[in-house]
Amino acid sequence: MFKIISAVIGRDLKLAMRRQADIVSAVFFFIIVVSLFPLGIGPEPDLLRKLAPGVLWVAALLATMLSLPRLFADDHRDGTLEQLALAPHPLGLVVTGKVIAHWLVSGLPLALIAPVLGLQFDLSTDALVVLTGAILLGTPALSGIGAIGAALTLGLRGGGVLLSLLVLPLYIPVLIFGAGAVDATVSGLGGEGHLSLLAALTFASLGFAPWASAAALKIALE
Amino acid sequence: MLEADNLECVRGERRLFAGLGFKLEAGELLYLQGRNGAGKTSLLRMLIGLLPPEAGEIRWKGQSIKSDDFRADLCYLGHLNAIKEELTPLENLLAAARLADEELSEDDAIDALEQVGLAGREDLACKYLSQGQKRRVALARLVKERRPLWVLDEPFVALDVAAVDWLAGIISGHLQRGGLAVMTTHQLVDIPAGTVRELRLS
Repeated sequence: MFKIISAVIGRDLKLAMRRQADIVSAVFFFIIVVSLFPLGIGPEPDLLRKLAPGVLWVAALLATMLSLPRLFADDHRDGTLEQLALAPHPLGLVVTGKVIAHWLVSGLPLALIAPVLGLQFDLSTDALVVLTGAILLGTPALSGIGAIGAALTLGLRGGGVLLSLLVLPLYIPVLIFGAGAVDATVSGLGGEGHLSLLAALTFASLGFAPWASAAALKIALE
Repeated sequence: MLEADNLECVRGERRLFAGLGFKLEAGELLYLQGRNGAGKTSLLRMLIGLLPPEAGEIRWKGQSIKSDDFRADLCYLGHLNAIKEELTPLENLLAAARLADEELSEDDAIDALEQVGLAGREDLACKYLSQGQKRRVALARLVKERRPLWVLDEPFVALDVAAVDWLAGIISGHLQRGGLAVMTTHQLVDIPAGTVRELRLS
C-alpha cells in the first residue's frame, strides 16, 4: 500500500521538478494577490491586521485552484491514467499519492511563504505562527477536495471554470476555520480550537476524497 | 482462460455489436478486425474492464474480470503511449513498472531499450524523440513483460518494417511461453508461433 503511494508521489514530484514553471507561477500568483491588498488599502495597520487572515486564505484557495485542472488532465491525455487504473491495486491509493504530491508542490510552498507575506499586514509573531500552522494544516484538505472536482470535470470542455464553481463552495469550511484561527489568536482567544477543526477537515478529506475521485475517474475513463 | 459471453456494446445511441462471444486458451492470439468505428477499441476496453458491457460477461480463469487478480495478469498497451514527455525513456520504463507493481531492474530496462533500438537515448527526455521512437519506448515494456494476458491496441502503428518484425517476434515469444494476446490491427502481420484466430466486427 505505501509502496504504490510512494511510487506515485515520487513520479509526480519528479515531473513537477521538470516543470517548475507551474509551481513558481502558483506561488507568484499568491504573492502578488496578497501584496495588492496593502497597496490598494493604504498604510492603516489596524485595518490591514483585520483583513490579513481572510486575504491570505482567499489567495491560498485561488492559488491552489490554479494547478488543479492539471492534476489528472496530463495523465488522461497521454494514456497514463488508463495504466494507473489497470494496475493491480485500488485506484484510490494512486489518487492518495497524487493528492499528497499535489499538496507538496502547491500547498507546502504557500505555507512557507505565508509568514513573510503576513509581515506586510503587520501581524504579530504569534499570529504569523498560527497562520503558517493553519495553512499547513488546511491546504491538504484543499488538495483532497480539489481532486474530486478535478476528477469530475476531467475531459470536459471549459472544465476549469466548472471546476472552480464546484470546488470553491466546498472550500468554505477550510476558509472559515483557517482564517478564524488567526483571528482568534489576534483577539487573544487562542486558535487551538480552529486548528483542531482544520486538522479534522484535512484527515476526513484525505480519507474520503481519493476514493470519491477514483470513482469519478473510472466514469471518465469509460 | 479468457472467455467472453454474449457481449453487447452500445456507444451513444448506436449498438456496435451484440451476442459476441469467444474463448481464448493459452498460446492463442486473437486478431480483432473491422472497419473504423466497428467497435474494436470498445471491445478491447471491455476486455480489460475499463468499459462495462451493456450485457454479457467476461471471465478470466473462470472468474469475473472485476477482481484485482485479473489486473495482476494483464498488460495493456493502448493507442496512447502512456509515456511522460518530461521523463527519459529509462525513467518512463522504471516508473511504469513501479506503478504497475512489477519488478524491473535498471539493467533490464536498459537492455529492453537497447532491443527496441533506443541505445544511447536512455537519458534524453522523451519530448525530443520522434513519434516512432516514442512508440518504441511504450513497446519496450513488452520485452520483460511476463504477465499472461497481453491486450494491444494497434501495436504496429508508426513502426518501421524492422520494428514490425521485431514486435512480431516478441509476441510469438509470449505465445510460446503460454501467454495469450488480443490485438486490433489493420495490417495483418504474420506471427510465427502460436494459434492465430481472427474475429471480424461488422
